[in-house]
Amino acid sequence: MLYPISYRSWACYTADMQKAILSVVGKDRVGIIAGICTTLAKDNVNILEISQTIMDGFFTMMLVCDTDKSPKEFHDLAAELDEVGEKLGVVVKLQREEIFEKMQRI
Amino acid sequence: MIDLREVSETNHMIEKEMLDVRTITMGISLLDCVDSDLEVLKRNIYEKITTTAKDLVAVGKQIEDEYAIPIVNKRISVTPIGLIGGSACKTSEDYAQIAQVLDKAAEEVGVNFIGGFSALPAKGMTRSEELLINAIPQAMALTEHLCASVNIGSTRTGINMDAVKLMGEIIKETAEATKDHDSIGCSKLVVLCNAPDDNPFMAGAFHGVTESDAVINVGVSGPGVIKQALQCVKGKDFTTLCETVKRTAFKVTRLGQLVGQEASKRLGVPFGILDLSLAPTPAVGDSIAEILESMGLEEVGCPGTTAALALLNDQVKKGGIMASSSVGGLSGAFIPVSEDHGMIAAAQSGGLRIEKLEAMTSVCSVGLDMIAIPGDTPASTISGIIADEAAIGMVNQKTTAVRVIPVVGKHVGDTAQFGGLLGYAPIMPVNTKSCKEFIERGGHIPAPIHSFKN
Repeated sequence: MLYPISYRSWACYTADMQKAILSVVGKDRVGIIAGICTTLAKDNVNILEISQTIMDGFFTMMLVCDTDKSPKEFHDLAAELDEVGEKLGVVVKLQREEIFEKMQRI
Repeated sequence: MIDLREVSETNHMIEKEMLDVRTITMGISLLDCVDSDLEVLKRNIYEKITTTAKDLVAVGKQIEDEYAIPIVNKRISVTPIGLIGGSACKTSEDYAQIAQVLDKAAEEVGVNFIGGFSALPAKGMTRSEELLINAIPQAMALTEHLCASVNIGSTRTGINMDAVKLMGEIIKETAEATKDHDSIGCSKLVVLCNAPDDNPFMAGAFHGVTESDAVINVGVSGPGVIKQALQCVKGKDFTTLCETVKRTAFKVTRLGQLVGQEASKRLGVPFGILDLSLAPTPAVGDSIAEILESMGLEEVGCPGTTAALALLNDQVKKGGIMASSSVGGLSGAFIPVSEDHGMIAAAQSGGLRIEKLEAMTSVCSVGLDMIAIPGDTPASTISGIIADEAAIGMVNQKTTAVRVIPVVGKHVGDTAQFGGLLGYAPIMPVNTKSCKEFIERGGHIPAPIHSFKN
């Protein structure tokens, strides 16, 4: 089951965006979304879409974001979010969106 | 729109099923380095490689970081040195010097292997190629990153039996030259029939003369992903089995295509081919043998193994072909013994023998690969093994290869340790009846009748 919070259509995304997918997996607790979103806001990363569920007993979240306007390099962003995840006790991964698009779509 | 389950599936493949891109291999042409002065030639080669590939490792790392997909190896293949050294190299020692330059260049750019210390005497052998082949034992002993290969036959040319005879002796000499490390030199030396020009996988990688100045070739892997997928269709019929392999191979190949295109764009080097081979590692869960066993075989090597491998090889290609327009190289399933813990276990139990492996090579993508044999195996017997494999390749119009390691001082029951991706291998028994008289004949086995297509 999926619980999309945002229902924005993908058609409204512009071509100059650099879309990335942030995935979070771990034990549920208070403040996971808050912690991650605060970091993204600080780094000027715009959130386009969030969905979250409990999968196999684990808190599982997927967040689509645009990293184009962030002053930070992609790998620095990924490393920072990795650290934030560690503090929250969850595994956070930031990946460019194409890996999923190519693999899952014809 | 990508959904959460799809994200989760992709990441599960990477994290739990050991999906990775096995190699980004940059092919570099050295044809413009040719000079009659050895020192100039060495300098040209070193400069060409270190300039063209200077960003290869950094770009590979960048892609790894951005997509969170491991790229296990970054490698280089060059034009067969047998074609490059002709006018400068007067002795085998001259070729050994080039081997050292290649090794140094590989070290400088940070790749783990460089392939192309190669000769292509598929029909006849030039003096230059003979010097290079004779330099292989010394070259393997002097270098760490260098891979050598020799193409001794093809469907169009037949088999050069003089080269086959010579290679039996060279493999023995290479084993002797690297005997302090379980004859590891032989693990970086492969004898091929129908060698492709664009193979990104070692030890047989070289940048063929049909290729452009520089090119990026990518090899994907993913035995663990296929195995996991097959476990979900236990007991189902073959149509379901084939469909599952195909769908999974499609996804794995798309990943390779993405990485190849990205690497090509960032390096400013054209994208060549995607080799959709299933390449195992010694890690549990990353094994071709496990895939075959999950199809319903008690242990790889038992009756049914060849059929299972044929099915796997074919479905991987069918799934992969649709995922990429640039499929090339070897593409299929590799069955290296020392690099696959399931194969190692079957060899140790005695259920998997060289004769069965030989049958398997007629339906998989390469040949007898990473097989440790007794150190006292005669050179003529090794030549016989090479001739058998080459015959399979020549008649069936496919690539076959032999990478056997006659481990000096070791016998059946012992184990050879190669380390890292090369793994470890039990010494497998070899038929001790002699084929010396057959090999001693020399000359050429003509091309098969079906090669006459014109």
